[in-house]
Amino acid sequence: MNGIPLEHSLVLAGILFSLGLAGVLVRRNLLFVLMGLEVMLNATGIVFVAAGAHYGQPDGQVMFLLVLTLAAAEAAIGLALLLQVYRKFRSLDVDALNEMRG
Amino acid sequence: MSFYLAALVAIIATLRVITCRVPVHALLYLVVSLLAVAVVFFTLGAPFAAALEVIIYAGAIVVLFIFVVMMLNLGEATAAQEQAWLTPGIWLGPGVLCAVLLGMLLWTFASGSTSVAGHPVVPPREVGLALFTRYALVVELASLLLLAALVGAFHVARLGEREGGHR
Repeated sequence: MNGIPLEHSLVLAGILFSLGLAGVLVRRNLLFVLMGLEVMLNATGIVFVAAGAHYGQPDGQVMFLLVLTLAAAEAAIGLALLLQVYRKFRSLDVDALNEMRG
Repeated sequence: MSFYLAALVAIIATLRVITCRVPVHALLYLVVSLLAVAVVFFTLGAPFAAALEVIIYAGAIVVLFIFVVMMLNLGEATAAQEQAWLTPGIWLGPGVLCAVLLGMLLWTFASGSTSVAGHPVVPPREVGLALFTRYALVVELASLLLLAALVGAFHVARLGEREGGHR
């Protein structure tokens, strides 16, 4: 085929997913953790779209739509929880949640 | 060619997202990253997915993040902070990356071909047909998920108001 090889799209998705995962693991600010989650979901979407383009089928884009729905739902709930955390602890530090007991 | 350029822009922008100190700057780079991924989708022959990426990711979700950042900054001296944030050095990075994307867009228009990388384009019509025939049940499930997220976000955001001061 004369287009972009599937492997290159997969490498791009892998790099972006790893960057998002690194963001989730390294950052302690909850906002950055949520951004890292968005990046990871976005990388998953790249895999779906690239596979759909590789086989010339619309199913990849349909699955991307579902990933998009999931990302929107996750962002809404996550940000609502973030606001609650900030209201209770006056900080966005993930380690502040360490002290939450019963 | 434009696939690899857009991929490079996406990777650089994402790298800046996870290394930025200020949330708003990271959000700027996140927008650039999502736009670059939209260009990647376009070069892969998926214009519908590219449009949705811009509208929903770079539009709706990032605006949600920006609203939350704005709500968190309510009590502080935001004016001085905004003044500090508006230095040209901060806008330079996202600006240059966006200019690369714009250049690719103009180059695509100038060359006059809709399929950039030689991929067969999967038109939105096919996606819509697949979505509402074979995947009709999945669409219903997605709508249920969105409804649950709506009710859940509403409930979680109201928790503090109802509990009042007994904690």
